[in-house]
Amino acid sequence: MASNGFMAQWVYTDIVKDHFMNPRNLWKEDEDFNPDGVGEVGSLACGDQMRVGIKVKDGKIADLRWLTYGCASAIASTSMMSEMAIGMDLKDAYNLKPEDIMAKLGGLPEHKFHCSVLGDKALRAAIDDYLEKNHMENPYKATVAKIICECMGVTDQKIETLIKEDKVKNLKDLQDITGAGTVCGKCVPRLEELIVEMKHIYGKEA
Amino acid sequence: MDKRFVYLDNNATTEMADEVKEIMRENEDLFGNASSMHTLGRDAETGVEWARGEVARLINAEKREIYFTSGATESNNTVFNIFRDIIDESPERNRIIISSVEHPASIETAKFLNKKGYHVEFAPVDHIGRLDLDKYEKMLSDNVALVSIMLANNESGIIQPVREASRLAKLYGAYFHTDATQAIGKIKVDVKELDVDYLSLSGHKFYGPKGIGVLFVKKGAPMEAFIHGGHQERGFRAGTYNTQAIIGLGKASELARLNLDNESEKLWRLRERLREGIEKNIPHVVVNGSNDRNLTLPGTLNVSFPSAEGESILLYLDMEGIEVSTGSACASGSLEPSYVLLASGLPVELAHGSIRFSLGKNNTEEDVDYVIEKLPPIIEKIRKMSTRKD
Repeated sequence: MASNGFMAQWVYTDIVKDHFMNPRNLWKEDEDFNPDGVGEVGSLACGDQMRVGIKVKDGKIADLRWLTYGCASAIASTSMMSEMAIGMDLKDAYNLKPEDIMAKLGGLPEHKFHCSVLGDKALRAAIDDYLEKNHMENPYKATVAKIICECMGVTDQKIETLIKEDKVKNLKDLQDITGAGTVCGKCVPRLEELIVEMKHIYGKEA
Repeated sequence: MDKRFVYLDNNATTEMADEVKEIMRENEDLFGNASSMHTLGRDAETGVEWARGEVARLINAEKREIYFTSGATESNNTVFNIFRDIIDESPERNRIIISSVEHPASIETAKFLNKKGYHVEFAPVDHIGRLDLDKYEKMLSDNVALVSIMLANNESGIIQPVREASRLAKLYGAYFHTDATQAIGKIKVDVKELDVDYLSLSGHKFYGPKGIGVLFVKKGAPMEAFIHGGHQERGFRAGTYNTQAIIGLGKASELARLNLDNESEKLWRLRERLREGIEKNIPHVVVNGSNDRNLTLPGTLNVSFPSAEGESILLYLDMEGIEVSTGSACASGSLEPSYVLLASGLPVELAHGSIRFSLGKNNTEEDVDYVIEKLPPIIEKIRKMSTRKD
């Protein structure tokens, strides 16, 4: 095709392309990988779903496998997450931020960030699962909580749990249950964002 | 097979035909303003009027019913805007009916008319994406000012029963518009046979240039100017003629008229070869729309690959030189996949995994065989990565 010098860059960075083309630590069907913990977030209806399995040894992520249904950035970000997480101690792994994964990928388009970088959440779910299965205390859950509504002291994690458990479907439900956003109202736009984001992550109807 | 470049996104846009490129090159020095009285101006005008005649002939209209626009988006906008003020004269006709699978250029413009006192209502489609005529007929009443139903859908390739829909609309005195953008050059389009009052088309969808299109307005149907400042198009659409593009559109129209039967036949053969190849070589695929030739544009094949996501499929195919499009949300920048496929009742996850192959006149059997060779391992690879394997 004649391009007359107008040559497009690829849709994403070269790092994303590399991970998309050659995904690392993929969970192969025929592989004998017996995970100590498994986490899954997202849904096919939302367009993104991730499953992460971890092996834990001496308080560290000894090994990790993943599966992803999703777009190129979802596949690449989960692959990148796997490289970052292996060898990390559980606390650091639990605190892995989507921003960190995105930075390692050399950036992602704005609209891709929220919907496709779910690997950190799947990893956290896998660690939760590991600790629960082994009847161990989960000292990390509280550490990653961020206060969203300062007036009522409602954290993102509280909101996450309520949505995950189908107790909250919209802003009104959230306000009724927690009072979040009912005092000064400053956090309402963020609450609405979070509700959409969490519903997406947990595959709840939009 | 050696790596090839296979363009299968002809419903998005087409490469100009050689004859179109040639006539545009031949006329690149025809810079006169077609509105000027001197020789160069009159030469340009002669070119513009030749093109108008070719478009008119293509759709069996009269020359004076053809208005050049910047494309089908402008044409669609114009039709709805004509009705913007008509409600002031006939306030009892305050309903507009469009199908639920129209192009955004119709949907968004129609919705805008809600603010002008209209009630814009959506006529549903059936499981293949074809207008549900029974439900549509029940929606009609003497209050309907305008009905707009596309002639063929860009995503599913489904041909709409426009002739019947128009006939029914006329029983209630409503005006009828059809967006024929995807149909031109692929199926026969005759404004008299279809009995429509307005029709939109776009040059670049049938091997003509971009940025040029047409609005057909039947003699006697309401028309109004929206771009003011010149007497072009009898005062209805101001702006210096884009002579070269108009001449290119004229050539594309001539070619579409002369080649229609052969093109359709060839596109359908390639489409069926592709469909059979995909169904034979890839387990668990869902063909969206229909495989009935009478209901489907000959070059469009829309397929869902369960457990594989559309953007990933598109990008892996792109690496192999195969260019397609997807109904996945990921490619659109929103969380919602194709509203066209959802309107026909397709489950959301199948819409996310949908790929549209749209063939064009330059495609060959080798192109199709190349896709049939490259696609199965891509789907297999993506499904192996997927959380779901079926």
